[in-house]
Amino acid sequence: MRLVTINGLSVKHGNHQALANVGLTVDKGEIVTIVGPNGSGKSTLLRCIIGAMTPDSGTILKAAGMRIGYVPQKLAIDATMPLTAARFLSLPKRRDAAHINEALQQVGADGLQDRPMAGLSGGQFQRVLLARALMDKPDLLILDEPTTGLDQPGSADLYTQIEHVRRDTGAAILMVSHELHVVMSASDRVVCLNGHVCCHGTPEIVASAPEYRALFGTGTHGALALYRHEHDHHHHHDHDDAHDCGHDHGSH
Amino acid sequence: MTTHMTVATTTDPIDMFDDFLIRALFAGVGVALAAAPLGCFVVWRRMAYFGDATAHAAILGVALSLGFGVSIFLGALAVALAMALTVSNLSERGYGVDTILGVLAHSALAFGLVAVSFLQGVRLDLNSYLFGDILAVSKSDLVVIWSGAALVIGLMIWRWQALLTSTVNRGLAYASGINPKREQQLMTLGLAIVVAVAIKVVGALLIVAMLIIPAAAARAVARSPEAMAFGAAGIGALAAVGGLGLSYQMDTPAGPSIVCAASVLFLAFNLVARVVLKDAR
Repeated sequence: MRLVTINGLSVKHGNHQALANVGLTVDKGEIVTIVGPNGSGKSTLLRCIIGAMTPDSGTILKAAGMRIGYVPQKLAIDATMPLTAARFLSLPKRRDAAHINEALQQVGADGLQDRPMAGLSGGQFQRVLLARALMDKPDLLILDEPTTGLDQPGSADLYTQIEHVRRDTGAAILMVSHELHVVMSASDRVVCLNGHVCCHGTPEIVASAPEYRALFGTGTHGALALYRHEHDHHHHHDHDDAHDCGHDHGSH
Repeated sequence: MTTHMTVATTTDPIDMFDDFLIRALFAGVGVALAAAPLGCFVVWRRMAYFGDATAHAAILGVALSLGFGVSIFLGALAVALAMALTVSNLSERGYGVDTILGVLAHSALAFGLVAVSFLQGVRLDLNSYLFGDILAVSKSDLVVIWSGAALVIGLMIWRWQALLTSTVNRGLAYASGINPKREQQLMTLGLAIVVAVAIKVVGALLIVAMLIIPAAAARAVARSPEAMAFGAAGIGALAAVGGLGLSYQMDTPAGPSIVCAASVLFLAFNLVARVVLKDAR
């Protein structure tokens, strides 16, 4: 089932063309990751989908009644605001304690409900954000660089949690990430963005696309090769939805 | 029978408000209650300077109202609102907020002061608008103050969850179907109302103190946003009563005395929090 269909999306920030003619689809239950250099419009794209920004042209079609859970990129809660994790989960809808505990447990953050948000560690904080995004049982979970500020084990942990969310709830996941090796192993599809969609497809296809290499070099190939080796059996996806850049890379 | 009842009711409660000190008390408490929840947002969103700009603009509003012979409350409200909306719109376009505020706040104050000097034939004690004149609050002022306070408190209760969400993160608000720009505008409207009703009580230069000091004092001991808002209301009301008491006893200016009382409470709450609640944060 198709959750989101984006066509010909363009956004201008002043004179800067942030997004030009971007197309993207997200289906139920898949993990789609957007990669791209800084300033390539990744966050802008997500902001358009959640309705925080109005595109200059193009359409965003969302499935009727689709619920979106959102984990923002940067969230600094001012120390002047006394806010416990439980109270944070009650924004903007009031939730009962049982529901809050359940959501925290789901992301391995049980016991944090009475802790002030400002006093949580980076990993705990991101888990609470994830828990909040899951409160409404979303059909689509959108995460904007969810592992910013986490160390390696912390971010590996969070990606595992995200995988679990997909496994347990069947939610589709659309995220922006910088961690290419993780992205490549944990995504069904990768969209490489640089103002426009450079290339998209399964992780292998994107990793071998010249557009992608031009942006990220070949440095990630080692990690990808390792991943391929470990997860060979996993690839039921044929490369049917390969990129639209006109390069035919096939599987090799 | 009707005559009887009328006589009975006119003597008791209305008499109470014949006392200027009682009127001052009610005015101070009314402003403190309205300022409390709004003051929390001013603190959380780091808008102290924004509040100052709005309050300073009110002086221009006072001058214009006197010049055109309209209600001072309406004049102050209109100019404060215009200022607040101008600042929020300009800051959305990427100007440095500090600079915009620095330009607009002081320009509005300066133009206001110059405009006042042009008002001939109007006897105007400028001090009473800069520092408040709470002891001169009339019964109709009280009606305006409490109506404004009720409006602001109602607005805060109505938009509380949405405002909190927008304050925590704009993206989260959008994703929850809340428009943070609209919430900000409603809050700006509330701020302009508080400024307009408080100008007579503490004056344009000290309004922001009534917004921030009680909220900051309550922060020291509050564990939730709601507790902080109620705490700020209590502390603000206590400061109004204490300040008026001080003013009455020592013959000090009333508005500044209220702010002094609030500052002492701020210090006391922070000391108590340090000693008693070591992990209040």
